[in-house]
Amino acid sequence: MIPAEFKYLFPSSVDEAVRMLAEEGEDAKIIAGGQSLVPVLRMRLAAPTALIDIGGLTELTGVRDDGDSLLIGAMTTHYEVQRDHLIQDHALLLRLVTDTVADPQVRHRGTFGGSLCHADPAGDLLAPALALDAVMIIAGPGGRREVPAAEFFVDYFETALRPDEILIDVRVPKYTGWGAHYEKLNRVAQAWSIVAVAAAVQVSGGKIAAARVGLTNVGSGPVRAADVESALIGQPASAEAISAAALKASSGDGYKDNLARVLTDRALMAAVAG
Amino acid sequence: MTATAEPEVGKARLRKEDARLITGQTKWTDNIQLTGMLHMAVLRSPVAHARIRDIDCSRATTMPGVAVVLTGEDFAAEQGSLPCAWPITEDMKAPPAPALAVDQVNFAGEAVALVIADSAYRAADALAAIDVDYDELPVVLDLEEALRDNDLVHPDLGTNKSATWIYDSAEAGSGTNVEDEIASAEVVIERTFRQQRLIPAFMEPRSVVVDPSADMFTIWSATQIPHILRWMLAAVTGIAEHKIRVIAPDVGGGFGGKLQVTPEELLCLLVARRMGRPVKWTETRTESMLSAHHGRDQIQKVTLSARRDGTVTGLKVELLADMGAYLRLVTPGIPILGAFMFNAIYKFAAYRFVCTNVFTNKVPTDAYRGAGRPEATFAIERMMDELAVELGMDPMKIREMNWIKHEEFPFNTVAGLTYDSGNYEAATARAMELFDYESMREEQQRRRSSGDPVQLGIGISTYTEMCGLAPSRVLGALRYAAGGWETASIRMLPTGKVEVITGTSPHGQGHETVWSQIVADRLGVPFEDVEVLHGDTASSHKGMDSYGSRSLAVGGTALVHAADKVLAKARTLAAHMMECDEADVEFASGSFSVRGTSTVRTLGDVVLAAHVAHDLPEGMEPGMDADATFDPDNFSFPHGTHLCAAEVDTQTGMVKIRLYVAVDDVGTVVNPLIVDGQVHGGLAQGIAQALFEEAVHDEMGTLTTATLADYLVPSAADLPGFITARTSTPATSNPLGAKGVGEAGTIASTPAVVNAVLDAVRHMGVRDIEMPCSPERVWNALQGRAADASAPAAGGLGSIDAQGGQS
Ligand SMILES: Cc1cc2nc3c(=O)[nH]c(=O)nc-3n(C[C@H](O)[C@H](O)[C@H](O)COP(=O)(O)OP(=O)(O)OC[C@H]3O[C@@H](n4cnc5c(N)ncnc54)[C@H](O)[C@@H]3O)c2cc1C
Repeated sequence: MIPAEFKYLFPSSVDEAVRMLAEEGEDAKIIAGGQSLVPVLRMRLAAPTALIDIGGLTELTGVRDDGDSLLIGAMTTHYEVQRDHLIQDHALLLRLVTDTVADPQVRHRGTFGGSLCHADPAGDLLAPALALDAVMIIAGPGGRREVPAAEFFVDYFETALRPDEILIDVRVPKYTGWGAHYEKLNRVAQAWSIVAVAAAVQVSGGKIAAARVGLTNVGSGPVRAADVESALIGQPASAEAISAAALKASSGDGYKDNLARVLTDRALMAAVAG
Repeated sequence: MTATAEPEVGKARLRKEDARLITGQTKWTDNIQLTGMLHMAVLRSPVAHARIRDIDCSRATTMPGVAVVLTGEDFAAEQGSLPCAWPITEDMKAPPAPALAVDQVNFAGEAVALVIADSAYRAADALAAIDVDYDELPVVLDLEEALRDNDLVHPDLGTNKSATWIYDSAEAGSGTNVEDEIASAEVVIERTFRQQRLIPAFMEPRSVVVDPSADMFTIWSATQIPHILRWMLAAVTGIAEHKIRVIAPDVGGGFGGKLQVTPEELLCLLVARRMGRPVKWTETRTESMLSAHHGRDQIQKVTLSARRDGTVTGLKVELLADMGAYLRLVTPGIPILGAFMFNAIYKFAAYRFVCTNVFTNKVPTDAYRGAGRPEATFAIERMMDELAVELGMDPMKIREMNWIKHEEFPFNTVAGLTYDSGNYEAATARAMELFDYESMREEQQRRRSSGDPVQLGIGISTYTEMCGLAPSRVLGALRYAAGGWETASIRMLPTGKVEVITGTSPHGQGHETVWSQIVADRLGVPFEDVEVLHGDTASSHKGMDSYGSRSLAVGGTALVHAADKVLAKARTLAAHMMECDEADVEFASGSFSVRGTSTVRTLGDVVLAAHVAHDLPEGMEPGMDADATFDPDNFSFPHGTHLCAAEVDTQTGMVKIRLYVAVDDVGTVVNPLIVDGQVHGGLAQGIAQALFEEAVHDEMGTLTTATLADYLVPSAADLPGFITARTSTPATSNPLGAKGVGEAGTIASTPAVVNAVLDAVRHMGVRDIEMPCSPERVWNALQGRAADASAPAAGGLGSIDAQGGQS
């Protein structure tokens, strides 16, 4: 459909963007890659009075090495994440997840930060962000603040971001040398996950030293499979141990519960193999 | 002019129309901009069934750029009823079908008001300012429930039943009595299948522009049927037919979905007449899914009788067909097109078909690729597998025992048709070889015995279909309001170039290429020298348009006849020019010569001589143009054998097609590349019905799959690499020997896939899985749980449900 009328603003700095957000009031919206927002506008599910396009803020793109962690600019596109060497070396899970997002067109425009801010529980990047203990770095009228992923995702399409705030960077601890895998079940290549499981595993001496497991689209936001993670610690990296732990991904008997268990098993097996 | 050496027919030419279609350097309807043009936006009912108490347009009327806001009341006197050209029975019940609802809405998506504004944006803005007060009525959605007539879609009709149509072989004299066969049978199998509702999902959304200037109504529309549209619009509005010109410019797909006279086409015409200014309407994707007609949607109860040795004897089909809320152009006839195909390639002694057409509060159904035949083919091919299981026989064996043998053609079927030609043995042998059937069965056995979580299934579809619509007398006998002939004209231009005018209306099929190939061969002119004009009633003065895999078999034949007329006249003139007896004139590679001499006149010389007309034989008219109209005396019957190997992940329910072999016999092939393209696309759509697509309504009658994020059209990434091959048994009903290929892939593939899925999991206790075989449905079936009738887990913004869990 055809969107309702809106004002279009193009800030040249984060501070200017924050100021614009405050000036334009509650009905203004940030537009990043537009891959989720534009469909919403076209269907007139929302009619913001102003769009503040942060596409010109080059300081928000790219991945930086920050010692023990990586800083991923909110405007880094999916395409850039897929090809970034720091991510490949220290946060492999993010690359593998991003590989499964949508199609090349969408990956060229859609952004890492936009995916997290949009907070669709079926979105693929939420579960790995949660599992990897990412921290959101947010700019607002009162300056900067940091919010851990576990507190950032509040509900369906809802985050801890206030209307006058912008996500600028995402801090992701380094998982150098960890095996990783994203096991996604969707019906057609373009469709969103019915359920997907993001897993990262650190194996040392044949034993699982640490594990991170996040589930996509099993609730109102991403879900950390903490019971699975703890059941794995100190276990041999074997099919039996993994299958036993994977059962803790869900206790229900519905289709998605089953998928949570089966896909966790598969994700972990692939992660220890890789 | 140079002659073409290599024959054009059979050549895999790249399509001459593709560059402009793919780059968009052409006229799509929505590209058309006219001076002073207004834009129409349509307010659609959010509810499925309601009385309209009041429509308040006062706010909308004052919005910026709005010229006028119109409701059904405004058009009540002039809009008439949208046409239904196929009253299948004398007593068929048909409600009036207003283009714009007047006092009642009968499906969610029905048009209730129009905004006419100076831009598409302002028209869309004003829609939100129209207030409609609805008095909701009970919603009728389920076919079986509808038949009880507790709640009525159209109270004035007194029933939800539109018509019942029967074919009975005992009554028709084409076979014995089915009840006798069933009563005396050694084996009787009864099954019920659901043909889910599908959405045609053509690539280019519908669009209409009407220009009322110059004492004429010129209508551009993204339609498959410019000629029928002109006729019907004249009939509905009373505007004289010669004052209406319809142009289907380049049209981006249809699949039957644009075989329609739509409310919006009529409304644009009425608005343009009222305003005296050009008007454009272009739909959004969601609007298309909510209001353009849907396809399929049947419940099929099938009873098959057989002997223990596997010989089939009787077939009884009881159909409930969902019409939706109104009868559109050919809505009632779609299931009837299937009536002749349930018996398929098998020799049943007795056959009875009873179809009950039912109204519901849903979008009207109508033609969708295959139209009636995919439904029939699905049912019979599923039944043949069920019989094989029942008797413990190989499913291919049982088909082979029962099919019409090559030497038995022409064959009069129990459904009253005459199949002119076919060779099921040859197509099957080729398919079995390409598929390596035996080793696939061995692997299946290995996976079963090792308890592999991924099981393998093999599905067969030995289909035939009837196409090349159609002999006019047969259409008449079926009470269809039009004929089935087709027309072609050839204009020989003075420079030797050729214009072909065809009554077919391509919307992606590649007629320009194929028609050029036919003419190039016939007249010996270069392929590049032929231009094909179509889709404009001013140049292509008559035609029956494109659907039902008819264009080549019928329209191509008309073209051959027209070319032959050109040649016959040219031969007479050539003889005159070379001063010889006509009997001594030979024609080859575009040149006439006198047998045994070196005297030659090219076709170009002869055409020029005819054009200048300085020296013509006594009584010959100047010019070398010719027209021909061809009315076939039979349908054509493509057939083939499709084999599908499907892997079913029993832990997730996910189905993956591992191998798909399609061997089709479409008779003579003019362009193998185009035939492959038609087969690939057809397979994609048939597989989509088996695995992916479904129009789902909630209990209020709201379509919940109204975007392409929810309605899962597969892409190349979701489909296997197809292995296609051909056998060729030419049709005897046309000089080309062509049978039609537009729908074969769709018709054949759906049962092949579902048979494969079931074959993979039958040993685990699964007897049936409803289409589409989504992972959740397959998994539920494996758990022994009832199939969930609600929306299969899809994706998109509406995918989130709360049942998923985490400990
Ligand atoms: C066809 C298609 C298929 C898709 N398939 C998938 C898929 O399989 N998996 C998947 O995960 N995603 C999928 N997506 C979504 C895609 O990943 C989007 O890129 C992503 O959801 C949003 O990113 P964006 O940059 O486009 O954000 P936008 O659409 O521009 O914005 C989304 C929302 O986030 C807000 N926002 C964006 N950036 C910021 C910021 N820096 N600070 C504050 N607020 C911000 C906006 O105001 C808006 O509300 C698909 C999209 C399409 C169109």
